[in-house]
Amino acid sequence: MNVPRTGPTVSADLVQLLTPQGERVEHPAYAYSGDLASIAALYRDMVLARRIDTEAFALQRHGELGLWPPALGQEAAQIGSGRALRPQDYAFPTYREHGVAWCRGVPPVGLVGIFRGVELGGGWDPAEYNIALPQIIIGAQTLHATGYAMGLTFDHAVGTGDPERDAAVIAYFGDGASSQGDVNEALDWAAVHQAPVVFFCQNNQYAISVPLDRQTAVPIAQRATGFGIPGVRVDGNDVLAVHAVTTAALQRARDGEGPTLVEAVTYRMGAHTTSDDPTRYRDAAEVEEWKAKDPIDRVRTYLENNGQPLSFFHDLEAEADQVGSDLRTDCAALPDPDLADMFDQVLVETPDELKEQQAAYVAWRDSFEGSLA
Amino acid sequence: MSEKLSIGRAINEGLRAAMERDDKVLVMGEDVGPLGGVFRVTDGLHKDFGENRVIDTPLAESAIVGTAVGLAARGYRPVVEIQFDGFVYPAYDQIVSQVARLHFRSRGSVRMPMVIRIPFGGGIGAVEHHSESPEAQFVMTPGLRVVSCSSPHDAYWMIQEAIASDDPVVFMEPKRRYWETGEVDRDTRPGTTWSSSVVRPGRDATLLAYGPMVATCRQAAEAAVADGLELEVIDLRTLSPLDLAPVFESVRRTGHAVVVHEAQRTLGLGAELSARITEECFYSLEAPVQRVTGYDLPYPPSKVEDIFLPDLDRILDAVDVAREIGSR
Repeated sequence: MNVPRTGPTVSADLVQLLTPQGERVEHPAYAYSGDLASIAALYRDMVLARRIDTEAFALQRHGELGLWPPALGQEAAQIGSGRALRPQDYAFPTYREHGVAWCRGVPPVGLVGIFRGVELGGGWDPAEYNIALPQIIIGAQTLHATGYAMGLTFDHAVGTGDPERDAAVIAYFGDGASSQGDVNEALDWAAVHQAPVVFFCQNNQYAISVPLDRQTAVPIAQRATGFGIPGVRVDGNDVLAVHAVTTAALQRARDGEGPTLVEAVTYRMGAHTTSDDPTRYRDAAEVEEWKAKDPIDRVRTYLENNGQPLSFFHDLEAEADQVGSDLRTDCAALPDPDLADMFDQVLVETPDELKEQQAAYVAWRDSFEGSLA
Repeated sequence: MSEKLSIGRAINEGLRAAMERDDKVLVMGEDVGPLGGVFRVTDGLHKDFGENRVIDTPLAESAIVGTAVGLAARGYRPVVEIQFDGFVYPAYDQIVSQVARLHFRSRGSVRMPMVIRIPFGGGIGAVEHHSESPEAQFVMTPGLRVVSCSSPHDAYWMIQEAIASDDPVVFMEPKRRYWETGEVDRDTRPGTTWSSSVVRPGRDATLLAYGPMVATCRQAAEAAVADGLELEVIDLRTLSPLDLAPVFESVRRTGHAVVVHEAQRTLGLGAELSARITEECFYSLEAPVQRVTGYDLPYPPSKVEDIFLPDLDRILDAVDVAREIGSR
């Protein structure tokens, strides 16, 4: 649970606390301190996050969504980090952080509106859940996270020692985003200002079709050294390790000791989006290899071997069915947006010129037979 | 009480007033700290407000605007300085894809009370990227307000109105006029400064300008008196949204409109103004709307910038052309 605090360091090894075979292993710097019930809770989150994801995938296949970016295989990275957050912490996601949104308490239906074409941002108020809206421009949110983190420092919400007050920010991005200027600017800026932000890179091995070795000549975590911050590589399919590493990095940030770059090594088991065809750029054997390292299976094995009653798994299956069923229902009930409302949402104070365009549109719309007017 | 200030100083005093009024107001940018900015517009603010409110940033424009987004999300009101017009492009994505859209994307729940100050325009003998007029690119982006000041008095009040706005504002500063002085009344807060303003009344033609070209148009109007012409000069002040009622009223009276800007002609503000004036004042116009603008070239080397930029002669020539057509 502690990061070495004397200057920038990079753990050469991959932090792992639970093997793919479901066995706990020791690490010299990190330990997961939760009990069996806590591990069961992480397991439940991962199972439900996967159900939300697969349900949304199915909704796309049924024509209910135009697109869906699956997070299949990345549940440990998202739940392990998402559950390391405190209520006062703030997350800046990409468009694939379904599990993180779940951890923040966002209702699952809030995730599908963008992909149903009924909204651009997501169905929640960021201030209510302390998670920003999904970001589609690759890497842009890492700068927003850095600015927000500076604001925490200015607000004296860092390094006071009060666990209710001290807060941190987590910025999610992927291996592809690590090539973006914005991400490198954010890392530099955060390091210079010692901003309380954790840069959490889910290295899922592909930027759509382009593999990691076309993005970076060194492991992503190793770049931290150049920015003067600690970098940690963690088994992104090991929820216990991700939780331990992220907990330590967030605490370091809350304590006012600055940013950390976490590289969670994982694998995008599915396609980039429902429009993608991964068989064109990767081998089935590679996918099989990662299947054996599934983030959920190893926790189930561990729980079963350590006395978790079978009824737990049975009940969870029923709960997942309910979550999936609710998502289907809620998705179908999402109202279509009204273009007329949008003129009022461009600026806080709507200019007369926009009001005129709005009135002209409404008059045009209402001039048709059978219109709502 | 009014006092004589330069435009640069007036913006400085406006920033100071806004920072004193609201401790959420931050100034950030390259060299805005102890140096006071390359044009000294933030002179003295670092000393008086400290490094947490006047932030010397890393040299990265996208990061300046991108972190300001995060600060605004946290409840701050960042005023960011882009050092020169031609340096705004690395920040263009954050401005257009984030700043301008977060309110819309969030269906109104997120606000971006940010001011992006950009010293713009030419005439200072500078190297490339230091003399450009990119305002139309922001005007055509929904979700931004774009304003430009032309006098010290307006500069003082307009920057404060920009900072007080809950909407993001691109604040275009006429850099070659920074040192020109004028009276500033700091005691009487005017109504909105984001409106078109008739700065010289006239009856024979209407000159429309903003920022650095307002002074040039006033000079042209002064010179035209010798020819017996009374030219009306309107300072648009707000470029997005445009405030066109005073423009239409004027053009209906004069029958002639000449739009003047440093930016290149194609799809510059003059194109929109010409279209709108034609739509609204068609039967009052005695000649097509004339445009006096930079040529459709990248901004040229400074030895020829005086030829590239609209000047008094080109403006008066456009007036002559319009009146000649009108008299046929």
